[in-house]
Amino acid sequence: MLEVQNLSMRFGGLLAVDEVSLDVQEHEIVSIIGPNGAGKTTVFNCMSGFYKPTGGKILFEGKEVQGKPDYKISRLGMVRTFQHVRLFSQMTVVENLLVAQHRHLNTNLISGLIKTPSYRTKEQKSLDRAAYWLDRVGLLDLANREAGNLAYGQQRRLEIARCMVTEPKLLMLDEPAAGLNPAETKELNQLIISLKEDYNVSVVLIEHDMSLVMDISDRINVINQGRPLASGTPEEIRQNDDVIKAYLGEA
Amino acid sequence: MAAYNFRHALFCAIITLIISYPIIGFNLEAQGIKVTLTGADASTLTMVLLAAVIVFLFQLFRENILGALRSIPSPLPEAKKEPMAENRRAKIESWVLTGIVVLALFWPFFVSRGSVDLATLVLIYIMLALGLNVVVGLAGLLDLGYVAFYAVGAYTFALLSQYTGISFWLALPIGALLAALFGLVLGFPVLRLRGDYLAIVTLGFGEIIRILLNNWTTLTGGPNGIGGIPDPTLFGMEFGRRVKEEGNTSFHETFGIAYSGEHKVIFLYLIALVLAVFTALVIRRFMRMPVGRAWEALREDEIAARSLGLSRTAVKLSAFTIGAFFAGFAGTVFASKQGFISPESFVFLESAIILAIVVLGGMGSQIGVVLAAIAVTILPELAREFSEYRMLIFGAAMVLMMVWRPQGLMPMRRIHIELKKQE
Repeated sequence: MLEVQNLSMRFGGLLAVDEVSLDVQEHEIVSIIGPNGAGKTTVFNCMSGFYKPTGGKILFEGKEVQGKPDYKISRLGMVRTFQHVRLFSQMTVVENLLVAQHRHLNTNLISGLIKTPSYRTKEQKSLDRAAYWLDRVGLLDLANREAGNLAYGQQRRLEIARCMVTEPKLLMLDEPAAGLNPAETKELNQLIISLKEDYNVSVVLIEHDMSLVMDISDRINVINQGRPLASGTPEEIRQNDDVIKAYLGEA
Repeated sequence: MAAYNFRHALFCAIITLIISYPIIGFNLEAQGIKVTLTGADASTLTMVLLAAVIVFLFQLFRENILGALRSIPSPLPEAKKEPMAENRRAKIESWVLTGIVVLALFWPFFVSRGSVDLATLVLIYIMLALGLNVVVGLAGLLDLGYVAFYAVGAYTFALLSQYTGISFWLALPIGALLAALFGLVLGFPVLRLRGDYLAIVTLGFGEIIRILLNNWTTLTGGPNGIGGIPDPTLFGMEFGRRVKEEGNTSFHETFGIAYSGEHKVIFLYLIALVLAVFTALVIRRFMRMPVGRAWEALREDEIAARSLGLSRTAVKLSAFTIGAFFAGFAGTVFASKQGFISPESFVFLESAIILAIVVLGGMGSQIGVVLAAIAVTILPELAREFSEYRMLIFGAAMVLMMVWRPQGLMPMRRIHIELKKQE
């Protein structure tokens, strides 16, 4: 469903991403790993439309999306989270989820002012969906807290829930386990698998936590210094000499 | 530490002397065409010295004084109590607010004409502040040229009435829509800007409008302004002693009561009241609608908002347009109230005052903004007996307010949303 072909991103003299290719099939979890500064997040930023790639193609469901504005890509069903949690921290938890459903709502000002029936049904539906996902990630009791006051692990889960209420087809998670303790990481692990199994969402994952990556990925792409190093199943990657070298250094 | 404190206090005292002595210590006296400089009398000089001594002592013992102030218990013991149940609180709040509005409807019949006039001005500021609250408080876009939209509303009515003889009621929507259009036009160039840069561009925009009004003498009359702006009518009834326009009747004759100049003032007050309540209610609805949440999301984190499919263009433009719309409303009422407008009424200071109202009241909080609008408009009037020092007192009050309550009079409360449990 997603195909990245020879993606390049150049910032002035720095070639941050050089001819990276990867593809994601439906119902699949694909990970991108690599040492710090390898260009993983840059790949994400290109895919989600925050950067305009200087070379290559990104095809989502057969359509070229490279260089499209970020909000349009998101509306196509490719939604991302951020390396550092980016919540609307002064808004409540449930408001965070309602904002995310903006494009599913009736945003006509007049119909909102006089509360037409269609406005009400859509508003109610979005509330139900928000309640469903809050329950799913275990935050229902905190629905009216300000998002900024949540614990870090809860904020991480809220961010994923906020993506899921937009009903995406492809979810891009940028280091979702960063800063989580082992128990929380395990929960996250199950949550991501369930997103794939129960909600039929494909996932692209950037992660440093190798146990998480090896556990849940169907395929892994390794990037080093902006260049693709290897790709394959977790088993293949584990035994790839280049990867071992890049991670452990030359012996 | 003590030596540093002493030096600092001495420095502050000398600064006080340097600033206040030339300003207060000399008087310019005009005798015919000659202006002479005379020294002020001894009592004024003692006051200046005394002020310097007070500053010196305060700075010297600053830590102790502030420490003592902090140890005074909060005057609001209820603040520590458990908050009331959310729906009960909302119910009480709406009853109290309705009560206040009803009181405000009858209030002008029992007070002096001057108070009603002042209250009308307060209501105009409330409308302006509520509108700016959308742009600054909710969408987080610092707008220093908001008065431009106010001017557009006022001049629309003035010019249309001068050239086409339009009535107040027709000018009201036209003025507001035209102001909204200007908001949209300003919105486009500033789409990519945030914070300081946005503030500077909007400041420039405000000045452009004012200077345009000042210099386009053939159309706007320049600094001479436009006079003879008609008063609003009530179903074709005029409030003047004599009917000015063909086909209209006069209010006092229709009802067979004696003519009184107060009728007009009260009527204007009531119009302003209805419009202010309308503004508050509409914006309150907006805040609970997708558009309001989108504004806040943009303020909180623009990148996250975009990643969730919110178009920055649409959200920013809607905030600018809606904010400007209500400024246009206020402008039309203002033009009708004054009967005469000139660019003088739309200087940068006005923008600054409206912004101060929003910040003092608490960004995003409607009740806070209304309270602040009342305080900021009435305070200088109450302080009239201090004559030239009233702006000083006003400024000091603002500084103190920001030191002690930086979040504003009444910080914004989040809306409580009841969710059904999933079965």
